[in-house]
Amino acid sequence: MIVTLLISIGIISLIAVFLALLMVIADATIGNYGQVQISINDGAKQLQVQGGQPLLKTLNQEGIFIPSACGGRGSCGLCKVQVVEGGQAYLPTELPWISEEERKSNVRLSCQYKVKSDIAILVPEELFLVRQFDTIVESIKDLTHDIKEVRLKLIDPPQIDAKAGQFIQFVVPEYGDVDESVYRAYSMASAPSDNKHIELEIRLVPNGICTTYVHNYLKVGDKVTVNGPYGDFYLRDNDHDIICIAGGSGMAPIKSILLDLAEKGSQRKATYFFGARSKRDLFLVDEMKQLESKLAGFTFVPALSEPSPEDNWEGQIGLITEVVKRNILDGSNSDAYLCGSPGMIDACIKVLQELGVPQERIYYDKF
Amino acid sequence: MSDTLFPIAIFFASIFTGNILLTNYLGMCSFLAVSKELETSAGLGIAVTFVLTVTTPLNWLVYKFLLVPFGLEYLRFIVFIIVIAAFVQLIEMAIERYSEGLYYALGIFLPLITVNCAILGASLFMVIREYNFVSSIFFGLGSGLGWFIAIVAMAGIRQKLRTAKVPPGLEGAGITLVIAGFMAMAFMGFSGMIAVS
Repeated sequence: MIVTLLISIGIISLIAVFLALLMVIADATIGNYGQVQISINDGAKQLQVQGGQPLLKTLNQEGIFIPSACGGRGSCGLCKVQVVEGGQAYLPTELPWISEEERKSNVRLSCQYKVKSDIAILVPEELFLVRQFDTIVESIKDLTHDIKEVRLKLIDPPQIDAKAGQFIQFVVPEYGDVDESVYRAYSMASAPSDNKHIELEIRLVPNGICTTYVHNYLKVGDKVTVNGPYGDFYLRDNDHDIICIAGGSGMAPIKSILLDLAEKGSQRKATYFFGARSKRDLFLVDEMKQLESKLAGFTFVPALSEPSPEDNWEGQIGLITEVVKRNILDGSNSDAYLCGSPGMIDACIKVLQELGVPQERIYYDKF
Repeated sequence: MSDTLFPIAIFFASIFTGNILLTNYLGMCSFLAVSKELETSAGLGIAVTFVLTVTTPLNWLVYKFLLVPFGLEYLRFIVFIIVIAAFVQLIEMAIERYSEGLYYALGIFLPLITVNCAILGASLFMVIREYNFVSSIFFGLGSGLGWFIAIVAMAGIRQKLRTAKVPPGLEGAGITLVIAGFMAMAFMGFSGMIAVS
């Protein structure tokens, strides 16, 4: 009895060991692509890396962070990189994300594309400014019943150079039932001058991996890793009027933009429409009212779409698009900055165009 | 039937009369999921054929020389699965390295195949039916080709189906299963041809 048991264990182990050995040998021979060269932006930077890994991961290890919302699983389609030399054929997992135009210029999904030979790639200059930051949670504050403000203190590196309105990626460690580290993008709410801190406004999404972590697990003093800054949603320096529209946690980048304007002593005429359902979804109203006195041309217009009777609301009522239409007569000399849900942004873009805002001057951040 | 002809008979029987997909309904999940496009169906079909042709005799050797001598036949399920998984992994690495074209055609399907029950099914049938080594090669190849024909035929039908009016409740997997049933009945027409089990 014991003998048969031992024999069966032995045989199974033998087979497993043999196959494992085979895999190790295969990994070292077939799977070994050796050292390969990556030339970035026409030779501006040369990297010597171990081949065989996805481009996204390889660049990550070298300190170049390509924005990606899904963490390299090929499900967000954000981590596109142009491979100008040495690219192989497209993988079926890339094709859904690559347009006909992008195919012609050899744009690849860097999380799927594996570096197997010497290649030359083009990476937007601003991504070289992206860094990974070790931070510590300095404070967590409830802004509304479902939005928290998280203030992070930068430790290493101690300073971030971002433009007002840009976002960072928040690395969520393994916790509870989540057995894989993921990262999610959040806009910075702090002013660029406050470069030793990052402030985020995070709304609880039911079953959201990151938002659940932030709302239920994160404590003051915890270590948090973020990388950034990313994004082309930032304040443009000119003398146009400004229309800002936001809803919910879309407040964050707009707040950063307004603080930046105030610090620079801007005289630009600025109107900020903030949409919420009822009074309990409104936040930072006092701060915004204070900004009106600091910022010469600034008006804050909070609007409720469904004020409840006990709110005693005397401000603007209606959908944010209606409120914008009511308050803006001519938008032809304005830049518009929008942040909120895709539905809201699409509706607002339409209204703004009707009001005469040129399409190329409407900047938005959909989430 | 003479011994030399037996493997040939098995080969044809496993394509037509004993089609692993249409008579045993094995490998159904990828059959239903991938048969939307003719091209991808053919890719998966080739990959399945390839893996079946190699793993069936491979498992025959493992069974005959490792399991039977020690009386460990009852371990065949787990051992076969391990062998299939390891083999598929190796093949994938080798194809990725040495044959770019094939990798882009089969690459993403190979990991899927590890859990395709037709592969394990063929290995288990070969044991139950007591095939010899040569027969197991032909059985693997035939089963793979049978699976290939079935999925490619289904993909062809489903492409035509796009313009057809399907009752709402039957759309997708429902109508596909109904069609698979018809195909199985059609394949029963072959049953008088060769009778080998």
